[in-house]
Amino acid sequence: MFVSYKWLQEYVDLTGVTADELAEKITKSGIEVEGVEILNKGIKGVVVGHVLEREQHPNADKLSKCLVDLGEGEPVQIICGAPNVAKGQKVAVAKVGAVLPGNFKIKKAKLRGEESNGMICSLQELGIEGKIVPKEYSEGIFVFPQEAEVGADAIALLGRDDQVLELSLTPNRADCLSMLGVAYEVAAILGRDVLLPESNLEPTAEKAADYVKVTVEAHEDNPLYAAKIIKNVKIGPSPLWLQARLMNAGIRPHNNVVDITNYILLEYGQPLHAFDYDRLGSKEILVRRAHDGEKLVTLDDMERTLTSDHLVITNGTEPVALAGVMGGANSEVTSDTTTVLLEAAYFNGQTVRKASKDHGLRSEASARFEKGVDPNRVQLAGERAAYLMAKFAGGEVLEGTVMVNTLKVEPAVVSITLEKINRVLGTGLEMSQVKDIFDRLQFEAAIEGDTITVTAPTRRGDIKIEEDLIEEVARLYGYDNIPKTLPVGTASGKLSAYQKKRRDVRNFLEGAGLYQTFTYSLTSEEKAAQFALETREAIRLAMPMSEDRSVLRLSIIPQLLEVVKYNSARQNDSLAVYETGNVFLSNGKEVLPDEEEHVAAAITGLWHNHSWQGEKKPVDFFVLKGILEGMFEKLGLNDRIEFVQAQVEGMHPGRTAEIRLNGTKIGFAGQVHPNVQKDLDIKDTYVFELSLKALLAENAEPLFYEPIPRFPSITRDIALVVNKETVSGTLKEIIVTEGAPFLKEAHVFDLYEGDKMEEGKKSIAFSLKYVDTERTLTDEEVTKVHEKVLAALEEKAGAVLRG
Amino acid sequence: MQERLKELQAEAIQKIEQSSSLKELNDIRVAYLGKKGPITEVLRGMGKLSAEERPIMGALANEVREAIASRLETKQAELEAAAVQAKLASETIDVTLPGRPVKAGNHHPLTRIIEEIEDLFIGMGYEIAEGPEVEQDYYNFEALNLPKGHPARDMQDSFYITEEILLRTHTSPVQARTMEKHQGKGPIKIICPGKVYRRDNDDATHSHQFMQIEGLVVGENIRMSDLKGTLEIFAKKMFGEDREIRLRPSFFPFTEPSVEMDISCKICGGHGCSVCKQTGWIEILGAGMVHPNVLEMAGYDSKKYTGFAFGMGPERIAMLKYGIDDIRHFYTDDIRFLMQFAKHE
Ligand SMILES: [Zn+2]
Repeated sequence: MFVSYKWLQEYVDLTGVTADELAEKITKSGIEVEGVEILNKGIKGVVVGHVLEREQHPNADKLSKCLVDLGEGEPVQIICGAPNVAKGQKVAVAKVGAVLPGNFKIKKAKLRGEESNGMICSLQELGIEGKIVPKEYSEGIFVFPQEAEVGADAIALLGRDDQVLELSLTPNRADCLSMLGVAYEVAAILGRDVLLPESNLEPTAEKAADYVKVTVEAHEDNPLYAAKIIKNVKIGPSPLWLQARLMNAGIRPHNNVVDITNYILLEYGQPLHAFDYDRLGSKEILVRRAHDGEKLVTLDDMERTLTSDHLVITNGTEPVALAGVMGGANSEVTSDTTTVLLEAAYFNGQTVRKASKDHGLRSEASARFEKGVDPNRVQLAGERAAYLMAKFAGGEVLEGTVMVNTLKVEPAVVSITLEKINRVLGTGLEMSQVKDIFDRLQFEAAIEGDTITVTAPTRRGDIKIEEDLIEEVARLYGYDNIPKTLPVGTASGKLSAYQKKRRDVRNFLEGAGLYQTFTYSLTSEEKAAQFALETREAIRLAMPMSEDRSVLRLSIIPQLLEVVKYNSARQNDSLAVYETGNVFLSNGKEVLPDEEEHVAAAITGLWHNHSWQGEKKPVDFFVLKGILEGMFEKLGLNDRIEFVQAQVEGMHPGRTAEIRLNGTKIGFAGQVHPNVQKDLDIKDTYVFELSLKALLAENAEPLFYEPIPRFPSITRDIALVVNKETVSGTLKEIIVTEGAPFLKEAHVFDLYEGDKMEEGKKSIAFSLKYVDTERTLTDEEVTKVHEKVLAALEEKAGAVLRG
Repeated sequence: MQERLKELQAEAIQKIEQSSSLKELNDIRVAYLGKKGPITEVLRGMGKLSAEERPIMGALANEVREAIASRLETKQAELEAAAVQAKLASETIDVTLPGRPVKAGNHHPLTRIIEEIEDLFIGMGYEIAEGPEVEQDYYNFEALNLPKGHPARDMQDSFYITEEILLRTHTSPVQARTMEKHQGKGPIKIICPGKVYRRDNDDATHSHQFMQIEGLVVGENIRMSDLKGTLEIFAKKMFGEDREIRLRPSFFPFTEPSVEMDISCKICGGHGCSVCKQTGWIEILGAGMVHPNVLEMAGYDSKKYTGFAFGMGPERIAMLKYGIDDIRHFYTDDIRFLMQFAKHE
């Protein structure tokens, strides 16, 4: 809502309060003022000029040579390029030395050989937006009414010597979608009175009821419909001050009748509609729901197909307006209109909302109905508009209002105790202070003991319960004045075990060199299904904004591969990233899905690069596995984890492992399938994805100190020849089982698959460490266990010592 | 004889002084102190001396030998030290060459902000509550005093999956669920961080997915002044002790009274600049006293219990704190962006 500072002064005395100060006060007491616009934008030296002569420029087809009286000294010659300049016009002239918006200075100039002493201005040149300039002047200069005084300040005449406060209104304060509503608010803030506008209607012999009959079929949608008839109107431009006020509020002037309905919309917040009575084609107004498929051409010349959800105003048979949204072209006021039927109605907000949504038509009018207009101002607004039509369109307002009124107007009555106000706010207010606040708001308030009973005016439909009164008190008392305290009571806060472990996982992965990412949960149908740990039907949005963001992800990896692709395309092809976040597993359409938190990572390019010392290490499976093992170690779960060779869709068939926790699959790790890498145009990329939920649900053994061995250990290294398919994990398992209880540690230290080996064989070397915590082991004891290990290796895995 | 010994001593010492290598020094040792050396030779001639002279001569000869030997030792130490010095000098490296990099990633800036806020409130006795991102319309709207057809639902156009299920538009449903779980009893003090979704076209200031952090305190005597005190502590810890705060009345369907909190603009010091839209203030969060309808719907007696709630956007806070100009950076994950959030503040 745009509020003109000058216009507002008609309703509230603003003496001693500048526009900026007012903005600050309004903001602090509840309605955010987004800005204060100075309308004249630094314009200086623009006056009303009288075009005495106009002739064709001798050297330019499109220019005119004008002789203009500026009300001082001799008339001056001005060259003008506007097509509509004509002799006798009163126009806005930027004199030599004038300044236009953008600090554009007007100088004496020669245009095609002819002297020009100033510039005749269009409204756009004076800083008014093209879309609100009256249509007839939008392509040329603006022409003042003849009564404009030559030499007068053109900016003042156009109402541009003003400031406009831009209010950002929350949905509960629809009352401030009107100048009067703002006036009540400002009056309460400043503790001043509100002056109401007048409407003086002369009695006439003819009665409106003889011209029209009103019937409402849909009372719920339209509890109040009031029609007035104004005869003998002369359509023409409205007074300049009125046009100026509309433009300052961002509305384009049309003609006096339409401008007056818009003016009342701004003044009272009540949308009105003017029909050309003669074009209605009947003496009847019937308000009803539209028939399915019924058509109406609206004012914007669009044909609208209606349904029974939409409320229409009809002439008894044909629709003539989409109620509360837009009038029909068939009954529009034109320059030939002489009799106006003026509609002032109360339409149900939800009905209007549905229609404006269905037809993509949001207007100043529909917005106000949607939020609810003041039921007590509907008729007043109609009266006032009729009065202005009589005054500024020469009309004759017929006696009476033809009306159907089933609207029940009951102001809200709310009681509250002073104790409650102070208890909720933490204040120590006195009853007199509270009473004063309601007086300033012009709310009726009665005190009985500790209780104050408030009757809220109908314009403030947002006041319904005790808390609404507390809010009124708080905002007008001022939040600055409320003390600062802290909640009483001692509670200790901490992270849950899951939250703590999740932080540990993040910190570990970052310590290992991975950067955390945040990617979108919404993805394309195609991507959603890729790399999923668990395949369930993807969850699709009912109305996605784009196909790329239409379903919820089942895996994080596709998003991370996008990150790899994005960065690779920008010369960052060595990358290590991870993400923790939910994937969404459907449980059927009508119930909530399972949301499972996963952790996923992608590494690509060089893992390590220390160029001047010649150290370069590309990523591989074991870099990735090392990170995972470190993470499992951190969580104390290494003993319960297995890596098992596996096939996963989209992954390299030979370089992928399924990860199991206590024998149950919780994720996988490996290289992305080379075909997928090629499609994405990325280098070899290794990824993992695990169910973080499953991983963190598992608890580590409690931490206990284990004594440091006091006795020396004995190490035996063995190189085993096995079939190529035999995996080291199998061998290690045998070693660990058989080596008990003295075997402390066993690790692979060499792998040889070269040509010195027999076809189909490879050699794996293990280092075995034996130790006893109680005493020094003898060589014989170790040998005994070691031989047992070797025998088992041969028996169970066909492993023989390499000769 | 005596002269001869003195001569030999002077001669040897001069040679020692002039020597420049351990080998030369050794040669001198052999030459003067060896069995075939001149001193031995001199001593051999001692037989010709008288019994009185012999011990005097013997003592002198030993004196000369010792003088030469001691000088040799000193010189040897000197030469050895010089040799070590030379070896170390030849091992000099360029210490300005870069070190072997240690790999380390870091938190995404949003996690950084969220954890900072979480820790701050944990310190004030809050716990962290989380909830589903795919929500029932009931918890996302109705339980928060936003019945179907409420005009404020317009403010947050949503991604629906079915008529009753949608992607949550705020983290408030976690509050509704937490209150419901408490079955109308006892105090609540929680912080709810999480992802939320709205039907917005992604541009520099909008994102269809973003983060939110909300807080909720419910108890038997929770006042608006408690909210004000809590927010002030938060703002000063998060943005600096020198920041001023102000509360402005506002509107949210789930709180009443509702406020928005501004902090004084750090960039212009409150005088007005483009960041604060010339107002000197920057909007940080929305808050208010929990609406009685919300308390009642969750099973709390609104006559007995009151509460406050607040909510803010980590993206916005990160943008203000780090001067980030485009919200899309948070979700594009350009490594050149991510890497900038490693260091301590
Ligand atoms: Zn600033």
